[in-house]
Amino acid sequence: MDPNRSNRRGFLRQTAALAGVAAGAGWAVKGQSAHAQHVHGEPPRRGARYRVDHMTHYTPLQDYAGIITPAPLHFMQQHSSEFPEIDPQQHRLTIHGMVDRPLSFSMADLKQLPSVSRIHFLECHGNSSPAIHGSDDPILGLPVQFIHGMTSCSEWSGVLLSVLLNEAGVQAKASWLVSEGGDAGKFTHTLPLAKAMEDVIVAYGQNGEPLRVEQGYPIRLVVPGWEAPSSVKYVKHIKVVDQPYMTWNESMNHSVSRPDLGGKARWYHFQFGPKSVITRPSAGLNIPGRGYVQITGLAWSGAGTVTKVEVSTDGGRSWKEAKRHAPVLPKAHTRFTFDWAWDGQEAVIQSRCTDEAGEVQPSLAELTKHWGMDAADWKKNPLPRAIHFNAIQPWKIARDGSISDVLFA
Amino acid sequence: MSCSLKFLLPAMIAAIPLAVLAQSPPRAYPNVGTPLSEADIQSFDRMIGPEGKELPPGHGTVKEGADVFARRCEICHGRNGENGLIRSLVIGSPGKPYRGPFYGDERNGPSYYPYPTIAWDYINRAMPPSNPGSLAPNDVYAVVAFLFYWNGIIKENDVMDEKSLPKVVMPNRNGFVPAVPVYPPEKKPSWF
Ligand code: HEC
Repeated sequence: MDPNRSNRRGFLRQTAALAGVAAGAGWAVKGQSAHAQHVHGEPPRRGARYRVDHMTHYTPLQDYAGIITPAPLHFMQQHSSEFPEIDPQQHRLTIHGMVDRPLSFSMADLKQLPSVSRIHFLECHGNSSPAIHGSDDPILGLPVQFIHGMTSCSEWSGVLLSVLLNEAGVQAKASWLVSEGGDAGKFTHTLPLAKAMEDVIVAYGQNGEPLRVEQGYPIRLVVPGWEAPSSVKYVKHIKVVDQPYMTWNESMNHSVSRPDLGGKARWYHFQFGPKSVITRPSAGLNIPGRGYVQITGLAWSGAGTVTKVEVSTDGGRSWKEAKRHAPVLPKAHTRFTFDWAWDGQEAVIQSRCTDEAGEVQPSLAELTKHWGMDAADWKKNPLPRAIHFNAIQPWKIARDGSISDVLFA
Repeated sequence: MSCSLKFLLPAMIAAIPLAVLAQSPPRAYPNVGTPLSEADIQSFDRMIGPEGKELPPGHGTVKEGADVFARRCEICHGRNGENGLIRSLVIGSPGKPYRGPFYGDERNGPSYYPYPTIAWDYINRAMPPSNPGSLAPNDVYAVVAFLFYWNGIIKENDVMDEKSLPKVVMPNRNGFVPAVPVYPPEKKPSWF
């Protein structure tokens, strides 16, 4: 490539990135930044935020039914201010390190191997974090979207990573993998070999179509039930090793200091706990009048299937079982509904779920206690950092039918 | 017969395919995929583990790092890595470094990293964002020396190279739980 050209491109990119920073007023770049253009031609939409260090799309949980998130509405958290342009003809996935037969696979190779299609949720480790509650940025969508919308659920098609690892011949002393993406920043993440052999997919399809660029076109890892950074997008190199490789992402970015650990940081969280949220009615929406209301939402767990969902309409004093709709799948969103009649009085509605490991979704009070914190800590500014946040979400319905987020109220 | 066993045996051993000697099971789909040579792997493997075994040869000083930083990094991370547009990379000063707690943005930058290799690996692969991978190994060693010095982790005259860098003991080395990540996790429920 002509070096002048590449330098100029680099310069332009850097300038654009800085313009994003300099745009001030938060960092949100509203409207038509070049990288907001969608591959499939859809215009930039509500629920997207672009910053120099991140691009984020929030799934409009309030607007869809069932459990499958349409691909263009799938959440995205990209550690970059632009998408990589990868030629699928040129793209190769390599498996090397502690293997007997280092191998490289083309897209055609991957599609030639036995395939699977499985429905799984993905979730950002920072989804629902306390810091996002209380934001009132209108471009981010309704609260349930920007507070909890960094989770989505799709049918992922591809080849099991265990098939590829078997072809390469993993050596007996190996115990971890480290994966690297083909994006500019070469995003990296570590994964235990045991999980890789269990159910990890090298996915080339999402909901029946090729992956979209935001989701890692042409291929990504899908690590079911685990924090989504492990599901490395644009995956290009997988190195088999004998210890956790301590990449910047997991050691630094995805660890969190906790008072119950004497200020030490919890890291390598792996799987998500049980979690659910009522998506309708939810904050920002309105109940038009008294009478029948269908309460609906999503429940999921990294441990497997959701075995029970309960709903309370009296602020948590009493709970009744909600209906779980088929299909109820392991490590996938489960749709639930609950029939309710609103009497026009103030009410607080919330859901909680139980997973196949018998774990129950915790309340904010339980999480606070577990993390060695004090209720008053949640009133601090800025709010304490918390990840893997799965507290029960209460929504308050006022007499006029308007709904608000009262988790920290 | 003139051809004795003495000649045949070594030839027979050499003919045993590698896959048979290896412990891993044989390939199920041997027609799919392309073998990688050692040279292929060398050409793309930039993944540096916590022991620093894969670090390329090179070296850099704090002074050289100051120069690289001013030219390539300061525009975003601020003069001397402080008060920039994004992530401060230096908190405190060599004489009065920051050593926790790390509840908020204090955790940005090398004072928080458990291993020195994280700084090298991340800067080498991802920085500067406009042209990642454009720094020569010597430049990376130099900026790492510069950042470690200003965070009070090494001395002003220490040189960072492939031998010295992995030996740097990070101040927050024991700041993580569990001390050694294991899977499956020992604590239940694992997500707490
Ligand atoms: C165009 C702006 C820009 C330039 C120039 C730049 N950086 Fe960065 N740097 C960033 C951004 C943005 C991040 C955060 C990336 C993310 O969140 O994924 C970052 C993150 C980092 C981090 C990790 C910080 C942490 O909290 O752990 C280090 C270390 C770093 N940069 C070093 C450098 C060095 C060294 C240079 C010069 C060679 C450099 N950067 C040049 C924008 C820049």
